[in-house]
Amino acid sequence: MNRAPRDYLKWTVGIIVVVFIAVLPLVWIFSLSLKTPATVSDKSFFPKEFTLDNYSTLFQGGFDSPLLRPLINSVSIALIATVIAVTLASFTAYAIARLDFPGKSAILAGALAIAMFPQISVVGPLFDMWRALHLYDTYPGLIIPYLTFSLPLAIYILVAFFREIPWELEQAAQVDGATPWQAFSKVILPLAAPGVFTAAILVFIFAWNDFIFAITLTSSDASRTVPAALAFFQGDSQFTAPTGNIAAAAVLVTIPIIIFVLIFQRRIVAGLTAGAVKG
Amino acid sequence: MTAIPIGKRSKKAPASDKTKAERKLGLMLCAPAVVAMLLVTVYPILYAVALSVQKVDLRFPEESGFVGLANYKAVLTSDLWWQGVFNTSLIAVVSVSIELVLGMGLALVMHRAIFGRGVVRTAVLIPYGVVTVVAAFAWFFAFDPSSGFVNNLPFVPDDKAWFGGHNSSLSVIIMAEVWKTTPFMGLLLLAGLATIDEGLYEAARVDGATAWQRFWRITLPLLKPALLVALLFRTLDAFRVFDSIFVMTRGAQDTESVSILGYNQLISRLNLGLGSAVSVLIFVLVLLIAFVFVRILGTSNPASQGERS
Repeated sequence: MNRAPRDYLKWTVGIIVVVFIAVLPLVWIFSLSLKTPATVSDKSFFPKEFTLDNYSTLFQGGFDSPLLRPLINSVSIALIATVIAVTLASFTAYAIARLDFPGKSAILAGALAIAMFPQISVVGPLFDMWRALHLYDTYPGLIIPYLTFSLPLAIYILVAFFREIPWELEQAAQVDGATPWQAFSKVILPLAAPGVFTAAILVFIFAWNDFIFAITLTSSDASRTVPAALAFFQGDSQFTAPTGNIAAAAVLVTIPIIIFVLIFQRRIVAGLTAGAVKG
Repeated sequence: MTAIPIGKRSKKAPASDKTKAERKLGLMLCAPAVVAMLLVTVYPILYAVALSVQKVDLRFPEESGFVGLANYKAVLTSDLWWQGVFNTSLIAVVSVSIELVLGMGLALVMHRAIFGRGVVRTAVLIPYGVVTVVAAFAWFFAFDPSSGFVNNLPFVPDDKAWFGGHNSSLSVIIMAEVWKTTPFMGLLLLAGLATIDEGLYEAARVDGATAWQRFWRITLPLLKPALLVALLFRTLDAFRVFDSIFVMTRGAQDTESVSILGYNQLISRLNLGLGSAVSVLIFVLVLLIAFVFVRILGTSNPASQGERS
């Protein structure tokens, strides 16, 4: 097909506009994080004086520093929640995609309902329950709601992926004498790995992004994650706003997730749209 | 809607041992996830209902007791609640409408991309990946009169206090929401576009349909199911808006959403009774919105349309 040069020009301008809008806030917060305390209020987009002090003060004092503990908490909690959620979702999705048993549609409908559930509605009861169960301000106290609220997404992605797996292979394994469990773990699981990985990425992003549970179910750096810690940052003195430090911490938590998204973009797109367009 | 069709295998024969074993395995495999989901949603919401009919204020524990519907009456007669419902609905309707238009544009250009499709996809995934709180801080600092570059731009008054007024605060909050979630809308619509048969467009072109006619007569009707699913997800998601408001205004200038209102009652004031009434009412509102969408979705289903005509 022949395209007019004008089409190319329009398209090029379109690409530039989309990329510009997508990265603008990130470039801005990065530039803010490099400004010195004297120039942080100069209202210019790019810094006139550069400093890395905003970054180094975040880690001053080791474990008592403003960011180190929250960063460790964020990574650990998100990873543990991801592993548990994807494991449980794999069991469920396998059963729904491959086995015949009553209640399948009820489980899928229930999962869909939970995906739309307003988190604020359970924050109060969880706050009260967790204090009684000594889960308040602990890792499990955050891991449990994260894995629950990401289970629907993981189940839907995995059911969509599991349906694409050749069903005959499992039967062949069973003909050869494998039990249903062996057929699941030895044959289907390796084939399902890409789907499992996709689900894991999206669950991790969900847990990493959460704010509402992180500020309501924690009270100290023992389990506070980075988004919650950011909202409670204090300035060096009560007269200096911690703008530079917040910007620096924001950059640090954004870099890994951006790298992640760039490497796995195909999987993320596949996962986000799985299920949503089918049926 | 998003329900994935369940493959029915014909099993006319009476339940054999193998079928029984399969049923047992199926239920066992589902049990952990189902228990986890019930434990963190159904049980707490019932617990919230129980708390909402009592006076439970953690600052005055000795005054606890059954109060019937008094908490609901207090919430439903307070201006704060209705302001919150109004703000939340406004944010949801305005941001989802803007996202729908932008997301549709994004999906159409990505679908018809001449080159550089990968670049656009990478770019739109960045806002999706950025933590909401981080995005909220970025926009907050950009508009904050003491540090932001926005007031330095041409045509913007140098001393405009964006977070000093109700409308300007809400505008910035909506902008942050739109920036963050348009990619999700765009990707869902793009996936929907991919399912449309290209032959239809060829046929329409042969018959002399303009691009505008092709969009309204082919793209939109066939995209309707994907569109409604995307709208449902985004509307309910927008209705939960919390992070951006917490970071930017904490509800100052009457910008509280219902979620911020619930948080303030439950966690800041430790009034679990009143806060739980707010929680239950938010839950009911979300149910209502979902119900309306599912009804529309049901009637847009070609099969049920066939039954009516």
